[in-house]
Amino acid sequence: MADFNVNVRGVGSVNVIELNGYLDAHTAPMLESTFNKLIEENNFRVVVNFETLNYISSAGLGVFMAYVETMRDNKGDIKFSNMQDNVYNIFDLLGFPMLYEFFKDESEAVEKFNEQGLNK
Amino acid sequence: MKAKLLKSLTNRGLINRNMGKLQKKITVKSSTDNLAKVREFTRSNAAKSGFDDDTIGKIILAVDEACTNIVKHAYKYYPNGEITINIDSDKSKFKITITDSGSKFNPNEIEEPNLSEYHRKRKVGGLGMFLMKKLMDEVKYHTLSKDRNQVVLVKYIK
Repeated sequence: MADFNVNVRGVGSVNVIELNGYLDAHTAPMLESTFNKLIEENNFRVVVNFETLNYISSAGLGVFMAYVETMRDNKGDIKFSNMQDNVYNIFDLLGFPMLYEFFKDESEAVEKFNEQGLNK
Repeated sequence: MKAKLLKSLTNRGLINRNMGKLQKKITVKSSTDNLAKVREFTRSNAAKSGFDDDTIGKIILAVDEACTNIVKHAYKYYPNGEITINIDSDKSKFKITITDSGSKFNPNEIEEPNLSEYHRKRKVGGLGMFLMKKLMDEVKYHTLSKDRNQVVLVKYIK
């Protein structure tokens, strides 16, 4: 019943993860695999586009908490974009806006990486 | 005997004795694969109680978090345990009672997280409990006979 898809595409030096459907304890391992693969390939600059993500539980939020430090230690980051209000509210309840950058549009998040320099 | 049968049928959600009241029940195996089914069960019944979409979303997430905790902590990913969810609602409140037979789980041992500490230490567990308390009006845990655990989630109907 896993109604969840992850798609990764490169935009310059940034990798955009597109999430679709329902991110819960059942589907979170799919997202973990995506992050593991990016790290193996030394890709540390990640924008997560939430435009078609309908639902997230704490298991999904935990994935970002588990990987953000690795990205930042390697001069990268995880930035969020295109989040629906109901999904943003959960990130907000758990204090994410203090520690992560949220953008209305994917291109703004990618641009933020580009402003920070192209060094990987 | 008749009263007992009636009570049994009522408890099992097979008949509804009182107009305006809602009683529903579902039992699923303790696999994360069933979370989608549990969410749909919660959504359809919360919608019948007249909540707005925002509140229905909160109730669904709280039930998901409770069941996820049971799969992870009570059954430790053993997939053939049972999770039973009862919904009882009337004019004033929507009550979800979730029962399992996994290992005992003491919520009082879980500290209310300081969120910035949480992020700094990359502690991932315990967020579900925190969310449940934020999303619902009441969250209560009980230990029942025969080694069963129960969590009761309540949302008031305003």
